[in-house]
Amino acid sequence: MSVDLAAVRRIAHLARIGVTDAELPHLQGEINAILAFVEALGEVDVEGVEPMTSVTPMRLPMREDVVTDGEIVRKVLANAPLTEDGFFLVPTVLE
Amino acid sequence: MTDLTSLTLADARDQLKSRAISSVELTRAHLAAIERARGLNAFVAVTVDKALAMAEASDARLAKGEGGALEGLPIGIKDLYATEGVHTQACSHILDGFRPEYESTVTANLWRDGAVMLGKLNMDEFAMGSSNETSYYGPVASPWLPPNWSADQARAALGDKGKRGLLAPGGSSGGSSSAVAAHLCLAATASDTGGSIRQPAAFTGIVGIKPTYGRCSRWGMVAFASSLDQAGPLARTVRDAAIMLRSMAGPDAKDSTCSTEPVPDYEAAVGRSVKGLTIGVPKEYRLDGMNPEIEALWAKGAEWLRAAGAKVVDVSLPNTRHALPAYYIVAPAEASSNLARYDGVRYGLREPASEIVDLYEKTRARGFGAEVRRRLMIGTYVLSAGYYDAYYVRAQKIRTLIKRDFEIAFANGVDAILTPATPSAAFAIGDKSSADPVEMYLNDVFTVTVNMAGLPGIVTPAGLSAEGLPLGLQLIGRPFDEETLFAIGAALEQAAGRTKLPAPWWA
Repeated sequence: MSVDLAAVRRIAHLARIGVTDAELPHLQGEINAILAFVEALGEVDVEGVEPMTSVTPMRLPMREDVVTDGEIVRKVLANAPLTEDGFFLVPTVLE
Repeated sequence: MTDLTSLTLADARDQLKSRAISSVELTRAHLAAIERARGLNAFVAVTVDKALAMAEASDARLAKGEGGALEGLPIGIKDLYATEGVHTQACSHILDGFRPEYESTVTANLWRDGAVMLGKLNMDEFAMGSSNETSYYGPVASPWLPPNWSADQARAALGDKGKRGLLAPGGSSGGSSSAVAAHLCLAATASDTGGSIRQPAAFTGIVGIKPTYGRCSRWGMVAFASSLDQAGPLARTVRDAAIMLRSMAGPDAKDSTCSTEPVPDYEAAVGRSVKGLTIGVPKEYRLDGMNPEIEALWAKGAEWLRAAGAKVVDVSLPNTRHALPAYYIVAPAEASSNLARYDGVRYGLREPASEIVDLYEKTRARGFGAEVRRRLMIGTYVLSAGYYDAYYVRAQKIRTLIKRDFEIAFANGVDAILTPATPSAAFAIGDKSSADPVEMYLNDVFTVTVNMAGLPGIVTPAGLSAEGLPLGLQLIGRPFDEETLFAIGAALEQAAGRTKLPAPWWA
């Protein structure tokens, strides 16, 4: 399988990475090189094989459904580029 | 006074305990070595005040006959571990200025046992790379001189920001491997998603172990591919690696994938006889066009273990060749999900924009380097509607097959599997920057299977190439049987003789 320029533009948008039209052909070449590399997997017989969900046989541990942390607004916001009144600041999302 | 930076971690520990040396002197000696080695670019942040304060506290504890397993021992920390109030960026521009409000579990365990932090070590951006060339902070030079280079020639190349022609220390833990091999720290933390501990160990003539998935907590490690990432140490001897891992590992309620199994005394396994153990040699690791030097080293390793009383048998791991392509689906897929958190809102870089999607796209375009952008796009593609089953689900099925191969070998009585560590000795910085990213990916061909199957793997130095560069061998073990790897690794180390690390031409 290989991708065309329109697909590269769409993937970049899905990944929320801005790309210029000038960058697209180069990215297309690299992505297609990787896709060609993984192409051989299509020939492996995986009939009846379960996809791996956990690499070690383990049960997901459960804990009490109680609050264990919180009241740390200062710490949560300490590294934010823009904050106001204890909130993260973002550009307008809804008019 | 002998140079304190030439001590092994174990020797330094013993001399601190007997009060022959102090942690402050030991720490100062390493800080001075770091200062002289600025040109290697191994450290991205040096925490001088913190190091000296920790060393003084250690000396006070040692004076009272107290102290933990690593009391007073100065080490380096890969920039991927969250260290409270200290530079933590996984060497990415997108985490500009990030100073965590919390400490990773692995580093907290190290400080609990008395270790002293020298600073943060350079790495490939988000651990994506095999040469440390994708770091936002620039490449790291290996302390090994390129073949036929003079010290003057190499010193001149250090002055160049691109460090072209000097040897790559491997990646992604290139700052860690360079610093340990150059005696800038007694040992270092590293991390391994596809080979990022073991390939740098092989390239610089030191020891690295990636333990079983779940042996170390991943809490507070910057995530790359969560089902593959695992912490581990780089050190100059097998014993030193065993001492480090014992402190790093252990249960953690903050990571649900972290094992609750108690941590054994790994150091006690060093020196244990390998007599009667069965070592498997997998025929599928003999690649077409394999470097004859690597093949000869591998045979020599088997011979050494046979001489030490182990039984060497052929084993088959038929799905080996599918591991690397499957990895390049699974790892980017998980990365595309993990790295979605870098949005310009909560931490790090933010590019001005008047609209939210524009904010994400501009911030992520500017903040991520080329290799990270490439992998995020691949990951996004293989997870997108219509392609998920063909790529991601299929790769996860192949992962089951890869793991099954190992299970069969172990069920047939094999205690560990011996393989080469890398397809070649270290290459030069700039040598693999071709248009085809797959060329760099091939570095991980022998190591990546171990991550896919969640197994432990150790790399120990095994000799020098004809050009005088270090080469390593890898041992793969049963889940949670790191002890056997330390025992066999020590036998290889003894048979091969300690690799003589380079004298400081960079100073």
